[in-house]
Amino acid sequence: MQGADTVTEHGDLLGRRPAIAMSAIRKSFSGNVVLDGVDFELLPGEVHVLAGGNGAGKSTLMKILQGVYSMDSGSIEIDGLPVSIGSIHEARAAGIGMVFQEFSLIPTLSVARNVFLGTERRSSLGFLDDSDSIARTRTVFAEMGVTIDPTTIMEDLGTAFWQLTEIAKAIAQNAKVLILDEPTASLAKDEVDALFALVHRLTEKGISVIYISHRMDEIFRIGDRITVLRDGQRMLTSSINELGPADVVEAIVGRKVEGAFDWKPRCVDRSGAPLLEVRHLNVGTRLRDVSFSAHPGEIIGLAGLMGAGRTELARALFGIDQIDSGDVLINGQCVHLGNSGDAIAAGIALIPEDRRAQGLVLEHSVRDNLLITQLGRFRRGPLLNDRKGSALAADLIQQLSVRTASSNLAVGRLSGGNQQKVVIGKWLGSDPEILIMDEPTAGVDIGTKIEIIERIRALAHAGKVVIVISSELPELLAVADRVILLRAGAIDRVIERAAITDEHFLHLAIQGVAP
Amino acid sequence: MTDLTLAKNEALPSSGLASRLKRSGADWRPYVIYIGFAATFAIFAITLRHNGFLQSNNLLNIPRQASVVAVAAVAMTFVISSSEIDLSVGSLAGLAGIAAAFGSNHGGLPVAILAALGVGLLIGMLNGLLVTVVGIPSFLVTLSMLWMIRGFGQWRTSAKGQPIAAPSFATIFGSNTMRIVWLVVFAVVGTIVLNKTRAGRQVLATGGSRTAAEFSGISTKRVKFWVFVASSLCASFAGMILAANLNNTGKYEYGQGLELSVIAAVILGGTSLFGGKGSIPGTIFGALFVQLIGNGLLLTGLESSQLDIIKGAIIIVAVALRRDRKGAH
Repeated sequence: MQGADTVTEHGDLLGRRPAIAMSAIRKSFSGNVVLDGVDFELLPGEVHVLAGGNGAGKSTLMKILQGVYSMDSGSIEIDGLPVSIGSIHEARAAGIGMVFQEFSLIPTLSVARNVFLGTERRSSLGFLDDSDSIARTRTVFAEMGVTIDPTTIMEDLGTAFWQLTEIAKAIAQNAKVLILDEPTASLAKDEVDALFALVHRLTEKGISVIYISHRMDEIFRIGDRITVLRDGQRMLTSSINELGPADVVEAIVGRKVEGAFDWKPRCVDRSGAPLLEVRHLNVGTRLRDVSFSAHPGEIIGLAGLMGAGRTELARALFGIDQIDSGDVLINGQCVHLGNSGDAIAAGIALIPEDRRAQGLVLEHSVRDNLLITQLGRFRRGPLLNDRKGSALAADLIQQLSVRTASSNLAVGRLSGGNQQKVVIGKWLGSDPEILIMDEPTAGVDIGTKIEIIERIRALAHAGKVVIVISSELPELLAVADRVILLRAGAIDRVIERAAITDEHFLHLAIQGVAP
Repeated sequence: MTDLTLAKNEALPSSGLASRLKRSGADWRPYVIYIGFAATFAIFAITLRHNGFLQSNNLLNIPRQASVVAVAAVAMTFVISSSEIDLSVGSLAGLAGIAAAFGSNHGGLPVAILAALGVGLLIGMLNGLLVTVVGIPSFLVTLSMLWMIRGFGQWRTSAKGQPIAAPSFATIFGSNTMRIVWLVVFAVVGTIVLNKTRAGRQVLATGGSRTAAEFSGISTKRVKFWVFVASSLCASFAGMILAANLNNTGKYEYGQGLELSVIAAVILGGTSLFGGKGSIPGTIFGALFVQLIGNGLLLTGLESSQLDIIKGAIIIVAVALRRDRKGAH
């Protein structure tokens, strides 16, 4: 198997004892082997990247470490001593802190109350000492180099602060090991820089970090070592600087992938009438005088900072936010977009930013999620025709290679990448003319990313208009024919893809430093 | 050292009436109940000054009459803060009066009190177990319990009132002074427990985000279980005040509909129907506010049927004013 030769067994070069050593971990769920004898070792003060596709076993391995799941066989040593981790409490007592992607902060409580939730100091009367929590939270933030008011209510803060509060919470509980799971998924670039600076500061103090990410550039920026899992097995463990991105992608995907992110100049025929035309669109103070047009087969990239109006434009075109003035024309016909139903009828589809909240009914089956946009098509009289629906669902599952045991499985039980495929599939079935994708590859693995990029190209090839919003510039540059740069709700400039030399160019343009 | 000084998350476009008003100044939403109470009070004080509204006895009647709702609503604040609901409190209040009457026949005052609270403890544990262990939504558990308790009370008493054979019972729970004392005691204890103890924090965390609470080491099932026990105990206590006031008699139909007034007081007071946020002082003023409206409008000579219409409308307005940007309460 590839990668076996790059494995450096127990990379204990400086004679350091591993902070964590997991050996021969096995775990299966109802006969389905998820981890097949995985070894994982973490040195004190290192950033160890854990990579792998969706379903490779990363999260299961981490959940075993945190005591959420129990392993079938294998052993865990912390600081050289064998331990059994049976619960979240035991993991925490052993100094393992997880920075959860989604769920460990209470939105309705203040920052300080969250940081010390469950570990508050109490006065002699047994009452909680909030002022002590606030003071200690300040100390932790000062150590981290972060300025957050500890009395702010969590839900009034942005995503970046949630992440920092999670980290503060782990540090306040004396975590020696931090697990960062896709920590940059919803951060802007300067926030990412600050987070990385923080990670460096923590590792200097001897805290080890397990870093889970799908983003290649980050893996190489932050990691000291990397372990790649695929199908429940360890593919490689190696020092980062001995590898190139292609090696990592190959280990993750299991085959050589070349040029998936390369832009291939495409010919868009702009001589005919545009398929989509937006004229002087105004939406509150969020979009101001936005005009552009798109021809059949064209892929438009929307770039800009957070709050520049990218998502707002998507929402307006999909009829979610009311248009104050301006026209939207499809094939030369002015269309009224009063609600999302109007937009769908006009042939517009939106693949939303937050797939879990906006894109899917998590408790419903894969099949029902795929068919929800086109219930009208499977009627027999007043009733739904189940057989036809199932056939179309099966077809979409196959087309998009959604990995699911059955089309009746609740979609919430699929991995992130497969959930995203279902969101895309749900709109492909209704055959829209204009497809808007808001961060279509957020949180999906590299293999799925490549599939989605190929899907976007195929849609354009079939004559659709695709509008792509992505914070990951390499992806935007891989697909877009033109990039529309938004700033403060207005179009700053429109750049032909051929005029963009590289990612750096676009990055500067977004920051407003015109190259 | 890179300092992280990030901009606050830009708030989503807001549609609520309150958020539109909010842009003009400070956030007054959490104080709607106090503002509403003060404003209504001022209006009555002016318009009804010749109808006896400002007489001290009339004014004291407001907390006296609000005490039953307020006592049950203190615990209901915990229930709703933990993202659950308890519809059985009205029926239970009725049954507690009956239990007190039976108890009083077998040992006077102490047994009367023990019997009433014992019934509450039993029902609370049953509610709690059904919700946490069996896993039935609290709405259904407590709705069923509402019928079962009422049916049981009606059946065992043949629908007759049961006198409580302990005159001191009426004094301890029903006298003018004691009703106000109980209201204050429950308000103070409730406020401290919710804001200052680990138990209170755990209730808010459980309601705010159950997963996050679990991942912070809180046993949310245990939290919910005890919240139901507390709710039933307080409902029984409210039932004792109620029975003491109604000729020191327990009857199955006393407390009918009480659960709705209790929930209204809690929501009016600023507790989120979705859990995670709760205010006991708010709840107390919610209870007082409903009583204030009833009291004032009654003095104007409206019928109780008309009064109900106005009460309902005022609750809608008050809650609408408090809607935040997410459309939640």
